[in-house]
Amino acid sequence: MTRHTRRQLRLGLLFISPWIVGFVTFGLYPIAMALYYSFNDYDVLRDPVWVGTLNYRDMFTDDVFWKALWNTLVYAVFSVPLGLVLSLLVAVLLNREIVGRSVFRTLFYIPAIVPLVAVGMVWLWMFNGDLGLVNYLLGLVGIEGPQWFADASWTKPMLVLSSMWQIGGSMVLCLAALQDVPRSLYESADLDGAGPAAQFWNVTVPMVSPVLYFNLIIGIIGAIQEFVKPFVMLPDGGPDRSGYLFAVYIYESAFRYNNMGYACAMAVVLFFMIVVLTWMANRMVSSRVYYAAE
Amino acid sequence: MTQTTSDILPAGQPDARGAAAITANAADLPHAQRNGDALQPPSPAPPPSRRDTSLRRQRLLGKLAIYTTLIGGAIALLIPFFWLVSNSLKTDQEVSKISQILPAVPQWGNYPEALRRLGMTVDGWAVYFPALSNTVVITVLCVVGQVISSSLVGYGFARYRFQGRDTTFMIMLATMMLPAQVTMIPVFLLFRGLGWVDTLLPLIVPAFFGTPFFIFMFRQFFAQVPEELLEAARIDGAGHLSTWWRIMLPLSGPVIAIVAIYTFMFTWNDFMTPLIYLNSPENRTLALELNAFNGQYGVENRELLMAASCVTMLPCVLLFFAAQRYFVDNGASAGLKG
Repeated sequence: MTRHTRRQLRLGLLFISPWIVGFVTFGLYPIAMALYYSFNDYDVLRDPVWVGTLNYRDMFTDDVFWKALWNTLVYAVFSVPLGLVLSLLVAVLLNREIVGRSVFRTLFYIPAIVPLVAVGMVWLWMFNGDLGLVNYLLGLVGIEGPQWFADASWTKPMLVLSSMWQIGGSMVLCLAALQDVPRSLYESADLDGAGPAAQFWNVTVPMVSPVLYFNLIIGIIGAIQEFVKPFVMLPDGGPDRSGYLFAVYIYESAFRYNNMGYACAMAVVLFFMIVVLTWMANRMVSSRVYYAAE
Repeated sequence: MTQTTSDILPAGQPDARGAAAITANAADLPHAQRNGDALQPPSPAPPPSRRDTSLRRQRLLGKLAIYTTLIGGAIALLIPFFWLVSNSLKTDQEVSKISQILPAVPQWGNYPEALRRLGMTVDGWAVYFPALSNTVVITVLCVVGQVISSSLVGYGFARYRFQGRDTTFMIMLATMMLPAQVTMIPVFLLFRGLGWVDTLLPLIVPAFFGTPFFIFMFRQFFAQVPEELLEAARIDGAGHLSTWWRIMLPLSGPVIAIVAIYTFMFTWNDFMTPLIYLNSPENRTLALELNAFNGQYGVENRELLMAASCVTMLPCVLLFFAAQRYFVDNGASAGLKG
């Protein structure tokens, strides 16, 4: 190692040392400890007691665990693709030659910046069965709206619907990708006699597929960890815990019931759930993602 | 000038240019027009055929559909805001009358009352509002911490060559996938061991160790700075730290802006971290106080809850309009385009 490379190494490490310290303290160490606690019974007041795989075995017989897992999967399976399709649709429309594009873009983006607690408050009352605006508007067109908070079959649709309010982030990414699609591609597609639908499927979708893929993965990770809105809107999980999501259960196990070991074991499961779902999404779509630059 | 695709089409089939013009985006438009003007055939325009008028009608209908969808969608997204503001100004009785769109007389007094219940006390000229001051203190320190630490680390990754650098960088990017739930509990126990629970420290200190996404943005930016600039600084006798501080940071205004704005939004809006660490009323943040408000008065005093929600989201909305281009233009796509 020459003097120069040694110097580069020392200085480089010095500059990135804040991240290294942070990574060890808030990344590596917690991961190792989470794994360790997941094999312990730990209520914070007394020292951890090693119980082997008991926490993991407990999950199999824990109805609340299965319910929360199921709710979270249903929420992710509906909210992620719906959000993806809607944000692409809005982006495609905004990418047309229209008057006031930047105004529309702003309007569609704004809900994404609202603090999530405030978002929860808004939808808490928008969906109120008797005094909410949603049911009032449904009533205007002759539909009797459900009791969103009291009916176990409507809490999850409510959470999915309210999440559509904040597609601004992925919409903006889609729009940026659409604006980079070379116009010549559409011209040649046109020459080949492709109509609007064919152009959309054969030009637009492949060209923006890297961003769609990115949004899909980010969407899955976000949906599995969804916490604030369900916590604020359905503090007790709603009727029959039908709106009780996994991240809320982990939080409550840890900080309400002081069951740190069980909460850590569930966090490990959540992590693997994200890995598996991301891997599945990867398997299904990654071969169809088109990278023009490569 | 080379022939464009639209020019080699037989007359009477303006489809290509028409369709292309619709799909064209703003950046490409001048180019398209320039070509179109220069290459227009000199022969007089053919009389409009039936095919032309039906095409035009089709295009008009298409436009109409697009605008209807966009306007409808925008209204649907804005209704909750409108409803929120309108309800925040209604009286207690009016809130229950959903069909009444606007308050008969705007109840501006709802706002001071909501602020009072969020914990604000006014004593002469002295205003005491712990929820707000806590949130501001946390947010400002997090912004400062993120900008300094993320740019330092980004500079290290961008301008120094050392063994294992690229692997380390990839590991750092991979940690973005790590769910908060996994690290949340051990980190809590760590801070608990330090006696930091129910203080603002657990919400501030982690910001001083950099965040992968911001480090990534700084690195991309610093990597593009020409070597001559750094060389010049070195010849002038600037050390490594002062090169970063005096040359690199002043150059990276746009990245600093993005990192600062995103950190502000994230910290201001954060709910889970304060929920875990802060208990006593004098330590709570606005987001926590708003949730507590809902539990205490939410059912009886809905107009106050709405006013409190408006107060909480106002700084974010203001910041958004002040710094809009960072959200919808370069900010969002900077990370992907690199």
